[in-house]
Amino acid sequence: MRWPKCAVTDEMEGIWNSGTAEYFLTIVLLLVGLYGIVARQHFLRKLMAMNILQVAVIVFFITLSAKSGATVPVVIQDGHEINVASYVNPLPHALMLTAIVVSVSTTGVALALLIRIRRRYGTLSETILLAKLRE
Amino acid sequence: MSAHLPALVVMAPLLAAVVVPLLGRRSPGAAHAVTLAALGFALAASSFLLSVVVANGVWRYAFAGWAPPWGIEYVLDPLSAGMMVLVSFLALATSIYAWSYLFASDPQRIGIFDSLYLLLVTGLLGIVATGDLFNLYVFLEISAIAAYALLSTGGERATVATFRYLLIGTVAASCYLLGVGFLYALTGTLNMADLTARLADVDDSTAKAAGIGLIVIGLAIKAALFPFHGWQPDVYTYAPPPVTGFVAAVMTKVSAYAIFRVLYFTLGGEPAAGSALVFLGWAGVIAILAGAWLALSQTDIRRMLAYSSVSQMGYIFFGFSLGSPIALVGALFHVLNHAVVKGCLFLVVGGVRWRTGASNVAEFVGMGRRLPLSMLAFAVAAVSLVGLPPTAGFFSKWYLLLGAFEAEAWIGVGAVVVSTGLSAVYFFRIFERAFVVTDDGLSSVRSNELPVGMLGPALVLAALVLLLGLFQQPLITHVLQRALPTAVS
Repeated sequence: MRWPKCAVTDEMEGIWNSGTAEYFLTIVLLLVGLYGIVARQHFLRKLMAMNILQVAVIVFFITLSAKSGATVPVVIQDGHEINVASYVNPLPHALMLTAIVVSVSTTGVALALLIRIRRRYGTLSETILLAKLRE
Repeated sequence: MSAHLPALVVMAPLLAAVVVPLLGRRSPGAAHAVTLAALGFALAASSFLLSVVVANGVWRYAFAGWAPPWGIEYVLDPLSAGMMVLVSFLALATSIYAWSYLFASDPQRIGIFDSLYLLLVTGLLGIVATGDLFNLYVFLEISAIAAYALLSTGGERATVATFRYLLIGTVAASCYLLGVGFLYALTGTLNMADLTARLADVDDSTAKAAGIGLIVIGLAIKAALFPFHGWQPDVYTYAPPPVTGFVAAVMTKVSAYAIFRVLYFTLGGEPAAGSALVFLGWAGVIAILAGAWLALSQTDIRRMLAYSSVSQMGYIFFGFSLGSPIALVGALFHVLNHAVVKGCLFLVVGGVRWRTGASNVAEFVGMGRRLPLSMLAFAVAAVSLVGLPPTAGFFSKWYLLLGAFEAEAWIGVGAVVVSTGLSAVYFFRIFERAFVVTDDGLSSVRSNELPVGMLGPALVLAALVLLLGLFQQPLITHVLQRALPTAVS
């Protein structure tokens, strides 16, 4: 992957060129997600943070499959010798398709729960909710 | 037909889950009959599979003709087949109980309830049967999502508790999946047996250790191991009794099984797996004490039982970490014992609350007169949880203690002894109120027993506690010892 030249330090440039930059995206998303789940007190924001956390894992898997200069894993011409290095690994994509389905279903159930909480207590703020539950 | 039995055991509840909500609109009875038939088939088939693998050894079933490691395979050995019998047996018993409970309150919802319940069972059976790490993740989430929906039906408080469980459960599953990703990046395989072979050639690195660590932490949260048990008490307290009875009995045990499978079979020789077991062992010892201590200070019996579960999971992980054959037999026997015992206790406590509205310890005064047979089942199960002979609980603790003596793990021995004392205190204060305390108002109280559909499963589970204790010797030599990894036995 070729990155545009800009005012980065030599160390940063080393990270870009080594092909590990994408992993930092996973780390950042993972931490943003965890922070949101723990620190945010509105349930809907917690749920969004949970989704960010799941996206972090998806990005991680997709990164694993990426190859420089490779194409989609469909053999176009028959008869040629198939070179593994020229195709992207399709398996992580297939796995993440399943993970996305899981993520969508979890979010669906979570939203249904939130609707019920909101109808009963009129709020989704954890602080107010806990105060109401203690009564 | 019988060649595809491993797949059919998991498929039967899944297919029934599709049919049941359609039937449930017209006829709740037919819907529940299909549910019971599917679970009965799962129990019969998994019992048959257990007898086959005990006699002939491991049965590997490759899906759709794709040979592993490319395809997904189910691996049935005495350990996984035994867990399948346990899961489907408790599923059947709790489903019978659920009929009486639901039919009285809301027969229209039986179809939906049974459908979710069957999906939960499908997920748990799949986790146990699969030999593929990613497939395990999928089943983990199938069971979890079905469980969220079921647990939230206990009312508004249950909904709030379930939402928080959903967040924690998803973090746990994401940790697990990330860990699987690390191992996949190192080896290029997801099949457990293939991973074992390939990982041996990979040098030890932080990536390997991080992958194993993430898998273990993810599953430990699902198993509610101390200090990851925070979601459990609220969820168990507010969920409807038939759901709590099954979830508390089986779900955390299945996660414990997954940890055992991964650490002892898939990653048997890895140094990082050894470190993970040491961590789990210490967490287990703290859980044994902390769970029992917290249980002692609860006034709501359901919450007390939830904290007692934290303590009992501690025993299981303590046994896993010791690693000697006798300790592992003890831990596996404790999985079995605690599943049956906790199922029975939650079913009785749920029934008592359903009949009388009582859920606090103080309200149990004279309960031995009002619900004599239910409280008898409660007493037998509680005695097994404390660990008195001749119940199953005595033997599982006995083997765990033998293993701990052998390993000279004196802190663990101390924790087991102290926690046994504490559990005796928190159960005997209930016995005292239910059976011993008498006052003038009670002489007129007449027996008002639960309906047969609810009482029956509780009594069967209580009888099973005694039978497991009486027949522990053949059970251990024929099943549990063969369920151990070959490197250990």
